[in-house]
Amino acid sequence: MAETPLRTPLSRARGLGSAKEGVQHWWGQRVSALALVPLGLWFCASLVGLAGAGRGALVAWLHGPAAAILTILTIAAVFYHGVLGVQVVIEDYAPSEGTKVACIIAARLLALLLAVAGIYAVLKLALGK
Amino acid sequence: MTQAERPLSPHLQIYKWQLPMAMSIVHRGTGLALAGGAIFLVWWLLAAAGGDQAFAAANWFFGSWLGLIFLFGWCFCFFYHLCNGIRHLAWDAGYGFEIGTAYASGYVVVAAAIVLTLIAFVAGLVVAA
Repeated sequence: MAETPLRTPLSRARGLGSAKEGVQHWWGQRVSALALVPLGLWFCASLVGLAGAGRGALVAWLHGPAAAILTILTIAAVFYHGVLGVQVVIEDYAPSEGTKVACIIAARLLALLLAVAGIYAVLKLALGK
Repeated sequence: MTQAERPLSPHLQIYKWQLPMAMSIVHRGTGLALAGGAIFLVWWLLAAAGGDQAFAAANWFFGSWLGLIFLFGWCFCFFYHLCNGIRHLAWDAGYGFEIGTAYASGYVVVAAAIVLTLIAFVAGLVVAA
């Protein structure tokens, strides 16, 4: 919109409406944080139990439905929560709008790639022989 | 448009270091470290899915001195971010904003993070041995 001297800066700011995505981001970060409290503790305890064990122990553990399902949920929540946090850091420090958008897109695609790769690995271990 | 004479938040160089702000910075730092560490988690799972040889290589790394230092750091980041995250959720719900309470909850978080890190790491070493 062209700058018109008849409109005050406050009126222009009001005309921009809401931040549009801020509320969803805020809730997504909190809900995934809540989910990660039990999931994170459970997963960390499971990793401690598997410390130093061979591949066979990991495969046997993931063959249980609860372990496989909860591990997949943990991976999904970790990368969802993680990319929301990384996005805030990018928004705080990116020097320009173009850099900001490019970095956020890159972070989102990377998080999606890693989450799918992790879930694929779990499924292969859980459903394989 | 003329720039409004808004108060700037103080720059870190002149801001007096104190527990709540230091903990806020560490929360962001540990969050970023955990996001980076999640890449290693996916690598470990993919290695396991890849077979005995790939898994042995990944396990060798996590059992090496570098890997153990990495795991110890990861453990601390996880428990700090978890405990301080719960503190943040309490703030989001509107609790604990009084200065005395904010300091007390801060000390509890730091102590809990250190104790939980030591418990998890020592338990992992005992299980692995």
